[in-house]
Amino acid sequence: MISEEEIKHIAKLSRLEFSESQLEKFQKEFSAILEYVENLKKADTKNVEPMAHSIKVANVFRTDCAIEKGEDTSRRSQKLLEAAPDSKDGYLKSKAVF
Amino acid sequence: MELEKLSIRQIHQDLIDKKFSAEELAKFFLDKIRKEDGEINSFITITEDLALKQAKKADEIIAKKNDLPLLGGVPCAIKDNILVEGIKCTSASKILENYIAPYDATVIKKIKEQGAVILGKTNMDEFAMGSSTENSAFFCTKNPCDTSRVPGGSSGGSAAAVSAGFCKFALGSDTGGSIRQPASFCGVAGLKPSYGTVSRYGVMAYASSLDQIGSFGKSVEDCRDAFKAIKGKDPLDSTSLKEPADSEKIDLRNLKIGIPKEYFVAGMDKEVEKTVKEAIGKYEKMGAEIIEVSLPHTEYALPCYYIIATAEASANLARFDGIKYGSSEVGNSEVKDLLEVYIKSREKYFGSEVKRRIMLGTYVLSSGYYDAYYKQAQKVRSLVRGDFEKALSRADILLTPVSPTLPFKIGEKMDDPLEMYLSDIYTISINLAGVGALSLPAGWVESPDDKAKKLPIGMQLIAKPFEEEKIFQAAMAFEK
Repeated sequence: MISEEEIKHIAKLSRLEFSESQLEKFQKEFSAILEYVENLKKADTKNVEPMAHSIKVANVFRTDCAIEKGEDTSRRSQKLLEAAPDSKDGYLKSKAVF
Repeated sequence: MELEKLSIRQIHQDLIDKKFSAEELAKFFLDKIRKEDGEINSFITITEDLALKQAKKADEIIAKKNDLPLLGGVPCAIKDNILVEGIKCTSASKILENYIAPYDATVIKKIKEQGAVILGKTNMDEFAMGSSTENSAFFCTKNPCDTSRVPGGSSGGSAAAVSAGFCKFALGSDTGGSIRQPASFCGVAGLKPSYGTVSRYGVMAYASSLDQIGSFGKSVEDCRDAFKAIKGKDPLDSTSLKEPADSEKIDLRNLKIGIPKEYFVAGMDKEVEKTVKEAIGKYEKMGAEIIEVSLPHTEYALPCYYIIATAEASANLARFDGIKYGSSEVGNSEVKDLLEVYIKSREKYFGSEVKRRIMLGTYVLSSGYYDAYYKQAQKVRSLVRGDFEKALSRADILLTPVSPTLPFKIGEKMDDPLEMYLSDIYTISINLAGVGALSLPAGWVESPDDKAKKLPIGMQLIAKPFEEEKIFQAAMAFEK
């Protein structure tokens, strides 16, 4: 079974947190899932290349030129800013980092 | 006239013949949704204004006697993780409860250009994580075939809307079975195209190397017509591909159907097994050659998927930070600094399955576990893909069940996440391999607790990348 401390560590990395009461239930479910995915270790993967993607395309580039800032792009930036919880002078606004 | 029974092609012809207008058609379906969706709950948002605007445009084309595209005026529904400009797009999550899409996804741009009428956005498992639509943060969708049962998931709202006759086609997304399993549970056709066939631009990413947008239709033909409208390479999605020029040329003579022996093992519902085997028998009678094939790494596909999909999800969902968009605790006076904004916003607005998957993904990518889990899973993925390459070099098409069980009861699997994951055992490998697969009804059986109700059983037809047309032709031959 995965320890409570380890769960708290992973939660921190995930930018999540669990209350003490949620923690116990989560620990049980998480351990069962981990035990199940452990099965993967039984597969013989000697000399097998890992694959990250099902299609073989790499480094798809567009032409290296600026996209013209037309009415459409400025309208879109406005819309993207409107979707933010808080913004100021055309920038996203956040709390202090420290 | 029973408008909900007409095919897309029939509607197209009737619109041109002015048997009804696109506006009348849109109003008929909007009205039907208002009256009947209270029982099914397939829609999160109804987009009446947009629908009527699109319908009027289609009517203008008809009035001017211009060429009406096939989907012009045809009512449809869109899964709520696909962006439609100016319309709320929630992914069935509290974290996006009030998020308005700032632009159209490429698939939406394409169907809008054809003049399709978008009636609304459909319910789903939060961020497409689930197999029953019960993980929606808002409400659970019911299966129109038997409302005590789930519609499947994660695209349960889209499948239910098509099944209930609320629209002519619907779009969904499929990462491990999220189109095919609900199609199977609701008795409709649903396609997961081969990877790269359809642009993912504007669909909320869950696991980018597995996600594909696909279509639902009441018939295979409707599903096919919708798919043809959305496919194609898109400069805005660098993983979308140009299809080979000869992909439409299909010869169904001497069709060889492969049956993977690993898919017919203990644990499958007896009725599912019987119905799918009968379907195989029908193909044999139609003249197809049936051969046994092997996908030897099948037992590893599910654990492999849950490592790869969650790893990608943990990275993709990092964007929900309470700063860029969505619900946020940034205004909460008790929240002191940036890190707390992240943690408190995510803690409060993500549902439990989403948290579980982010946690698992973070765990398998974390220092000390990467090689044992993530890298091992990537190697197993190569083996799974190799299995399909071999099997599909011997057979034109593979035929399998879609789900090991009948549509299950609402609440039945909610307390055991692992049990829920097993619902996807026959659909997962297809996404890992990147091939295409269609789910279509193989037959109908009596509901175990209500003999008056019939429950559908789906089967899955799988082919090589870009061979969707072969799948459709074989499926339409069966449907006849």
